[in-house]
Amino acid sequence: MKIWERLSKIDRRVIYLLLALVIIIPIVFKIPSTVAVSKAARMAYDAVDKLPAGTPIIFSTDFDPASMPELKPMMVAMLRQAFEKKLKVIMMGHWPTGIPLSTLILEQVAKEFNAEYGVDYVNLGYRPGAGLVMIQMGKEIRSVYDIDTKGNPVDSLPMMKSIHNYSDIGLVACFEAGSMGDIWVQYAWGRFGVKIIMGTTAVVTPDSYPYLAAHQIEGLIGGMAGAAAYEKLISHPDKAMIRMSSQAWAHILIIVFIIIGNVGYFMMRRMEKTRKSGTM
Amino acid sequence: MGQIIGIWISAGLTLMIFSFLYKDNPFYKFSEHVYVGVSAAYITFYTWDYFLMPKLVHPLVQHHWLVIIPGVFGAMMLTRWFSKTAWISRWPISVSVGVGSGLAVVQSMQGFLIPQLKSTLLPLTGSSVVFNNPIINLWNHPLNNLIIIVGTITTIVYFYFSKEHKGFIGRTAKIGIIFIMVAFGASFGYTVMARISLLIGRIGFLINDWLVPVFHSFTH
Repeated sequence: MKIWERLSKIDRRVIYLLLALVIIIPIVFKIPSTVAVSKAARMAYDAVDKLPAGTPIIFSTDFDPASMPELKPMMVAMLRQAFEKKLKVIMMGHWPTGIPLSTLILEQVAKEFNAEYGVDYVNLGYRPGAGLVMIQMGKEIRSVYDIDTKGNPVDSLPMMKSIHNYSDIGLVACFEAGSMGDIWVQYAWGRFGVKIIMGTTAVVTPDSYPYLAAHQIEGLIGGMAGAAAYEKLISHPDKAMIRMSSQAWAHILIIVFIIIGNVGYFMMRRMEKTRKSGTM
Repeated sequence: MGQIIGIWISAGLTLMIFSFLYKDNPFYKFSEHVYVGVSAAYITFYTWDYFLMPKLVHPLVQHHWLVIIPGVFGAMMLTRWFSKTAWISRWPISVSVGVGSGLAVVQSMQGFLIPQLKSTLLPLTGSSVVFNNPIINLWNHPLNNLIIIVGTITTIVYFYFSKEHKGFIGRTAKIGIIFIMVAFGASFGYTVMARISLLIGRIGFLINDWLVPVFHSFTH
């Protein structure tokens, strides 16, 4: 078997093994990576940074455990920024699988800042209906969220007393693993002009850029690279920045395999043509 | 102790799922079935506890009788299980489709189509916010608007099928294909990044949350 034939027929398990190695080595040896801050991530940071202390900010968690490695780091970073700036955090979500995860994240970050439940943050939880929930929230939040995840009536929570609809909210930060971000833009921005920033998985990011271009959202944090940029912006390096080294090496390996595969394919096609013309 | 058991179960199930990369096996099938079962149970519990209880049961207990109407419509959906009564479910479905379509049409126009159209009505030269490369800084490049305008028009021409793609239309459509391919490439690149991120997340969990504490417990 010729070298090109061998290279174009590498066993997929060899590729998996090499991929695992380039991911494991930077994590084990903590190999650092440089992180470039995109303008989209900076815009998101600035949108939160501009809010005066005491402004309510909604965190919408629309993801599941599968997308947590990408969305958790950016959510943690933005929560740190929000609590640092003394913003009032309202957690909610349109994916039932997201709320238990965001509850853990919220409690972890709130503890770091000694934030008090009901005064500095609340957790309203999940309601099905997506677009309808967003429209109702534009009129009166209590019409969909009359109690929080702990069963407390919303009116019994001190920070919620003066919060009724989007006009009392400074910003909506939605963390998206699917199309819920589109619904936020179409229903909340389209109908009520709500200011929105998006944190998205890398799969969703290319579909979200048109919203940024049309000024429908205030900022965009895309994938783990966006999360790492946000950690850099708040000067609090954490998981995303550490993991970007593995990400970079994995990308290099994939590019190398794409080149090898293509070169192998063309070389073999050329050899086949030469062989055929030789037999004629 | 509970957390340690949870981590071991999680690590075990992760390895069982990863074993599929070598070849299909009973461990993978077991963890796959566990995942499906737990997910279904979880959604059922969540819908009951965080929706049906606060939005239907509690209001009924407090004598808010209007919720009976959506409650009955919801119950009518369950008639789909039996072929003789399945027709009854068409009523709540028609209400959902009617309300959903009405909302979607208005919001798609107001929140998507018109703002997106407006964002392509640009002067021929100038910067646009969409180019976002921090390394070569194309952010404020004067050709940005032109690229957007040409890309939008040629892509729309590609999807214009009322005239054969020959001559001027054909050449324009070919340019449109280039823009579409660039978009596919960007999407594929981002998808690779997303999948690698998930793999990094799982490997990070296996190393930092599972193996490192196990190693420390043996060495200390």
